[in-house]
Amino acid sequence: MKELVIISGKGGTGKTSITAGFAALAENKVIVDADVDAADLHLVLHPEVRRTTEFMGGHIAVIDSEKCTGCGECLQRCQFGAVSGDFRVDARACEGCGVCVHFCPEKAIAFPERVCGRWFVSETALGPMVHARLGIAEENSGLLVSLLRKEAKALAEERKLDTLIVDGPPGIGCPVISALTGADAVLIISEPTLSGLHDLERAANLAAFLKVPAMVCVNKYDINPAITERIEAFAARQGIRSVGRIPYDREVTAAMVALKNLVAHSDGPAATAVRGLWQAVSTQLHDGSEVSKT
Amino acid sequence: MIIAIASGKGGTGKTTVATSLAVCLDAPVQLLDCDVEEPNAHIFLKPENPRIRRVTTMVPQVDAERCNLCGKCRRICQFNAIMILGDTVMTFPEMCHSCYGCLMVCPEAAISESFREIGELVSGSAGNVELVYGRLRVGEAMSPPLIQEVKAQHNSDLPAIIDAPPGTSCPVVTALTGVDFVVLVTEPTPFGFNDLVLAVGAVRSMQLPFGIVINRCDSGDRQVARYAEKEKIPILMEIPDQRKIAENYSRGVVPVDADDGLRTAFRDLYRDILTRI
Repeated sequence: MKELVIISGKGGTGKTSITAGFAALAENKVIVDADVDAADLHLVLHPEVRRTTEFMGGHIAVIDSEKCTGCGECLQRCQFGAVSGDFRVDARACEGCGVCVHFCPEKAIAFPERVCGRWFVSETALGPMVHARLGIAEENSGLLVSLLRKEAKALAEERKLDTLIVDGPPGIGCPVISALTGADAVLIISEPTLSGLHDLERAANLAAFLKVPAMVCVNKYDINPAITERIEAFAARQGIRSVGRIPYDREVTAAMVALKNLVAHSDGPAATAVRGLWQAVSTQLHDGSEVSKT
Repeated sequence: MIIAIASGKGGTGKTTVATSLAVCLDAPVQLLDCDVEEPNAHIFLKPENPRIRRVTTMVPQVDAERCNLCGKCRRICQFNAIMILGDTVMTFPEMCHSCYGCLMVCPEAAISESFREIGELVSGSAGNVELVYGRLRVGEAMSPPLIQEVKAQHNSDLPAIIDAPPGTSCPVVTALTGVDFVVLVTEPTPFGFNDLVLAVGAVRSMQLPFGIVINRCDSGDRQVARYAEKEKIPILMEIPDQRKIAENYSRGVVPVDADDGLRTAFRDLYRDILTRI
């Protein structure tokens, strides 16, 4: 089984539109939306949810005001400023470390598991999909991403599917590390802006740090061809394969507005480029890594 | 006074709005770039002689001589950052949340403070703007402590603008806690709309006053505008989809520096926000 993760460093470079295209072009795959903070892939793939599970992301301290004597032990020990002067716990600030629970002399603090979101196993016209909704202003997105990948792998094994296509989160922090660790390949979608280049460099360094083979694609490459070349030169220096360029094309936004998959909706230049991109990426994914291993 | 620029979806124009708002003021202002995973404001502002400081977080260090292998540290740790294998206590610094539980609970005082580097704090001036930003170390998972460090540089004598990270989870909550007003930047597409609704949920749960800026306002559909009207959320500004703005952005030019009309519009935006605080 091969797992491809699509990330971008910078947000809004076209990751999800391209991932949706891959979902249509790939065979025998499970689709994963690992951007659990701001998931969008479902808007294009229209999943029918078959199974919903609550995501328990750690614990939360809850002070029982009946038992609390106001001694201040919890307030003094909490490193996260989560206990207020009138001994209530701010759920957003509580890190779930349990220090207050342990040291409360009255045993007045309960420590229930907290529901941080829900995750779904769904069916789409293009195959099974695993996705999630993190609760608003919740935490532990990294844990949720790991869980989605694990479930998707189990599902792929059960149905004898051999490819996992994972739409990753933006940035380089906790959820991105969880999305990349142990994957077979990562495709970084960049854009030809100085911000895009800067963010690509950091995303590529993260892939190298996690030892995941990387590929890069420049979206809307013709907005600034000079920076496109700088991006591809950077990739070449890092030993990262440039696997495609996608031109600016209003059909991309038009497909999104119509809630349609770009490659099904359009025969324009961007859709054509995405088809070529998938050819290059799938060849790398299924053959390239074996070549480099021998 | 702190105004935060946020969005659920990435790439909607947060940095464009944050840098434009800061630059158009012509009066001293701080810009605190809290998107520490992918900071971009410095690409536009190009601060001179930036000062760089390492930022660390506390992690435990176990003195094997003093340790009697009682296991209390392992039991209190909720983050699997301490394990005992045979007669060795192993720590996993990258898992640690710096709660100090293990230090507090150790009966032998065998655990002391050590440090893990989480990133860098960079600060420097560019014109009227004092820019402070964090740069998360590549491979570091936890951004909130670095975001807090960026915010700790706020000089309360100056107005500050925060460039927040995308999303709706803990880094965003950390960036928005305690601000006076939130500007949610969105785009008129189904993705923009979906993520805007999530972001509105987050700022409402934090009980913060907020409004919307619609970027590339003429590019998609009317869903965002209809939603704003129904939810009685003020639309503070609409920025047209112009190739000139995109090109300036691509080259690292603050759009208001190349467009006087836009500069006036951002000054009006700032005045409008002040009346809402």
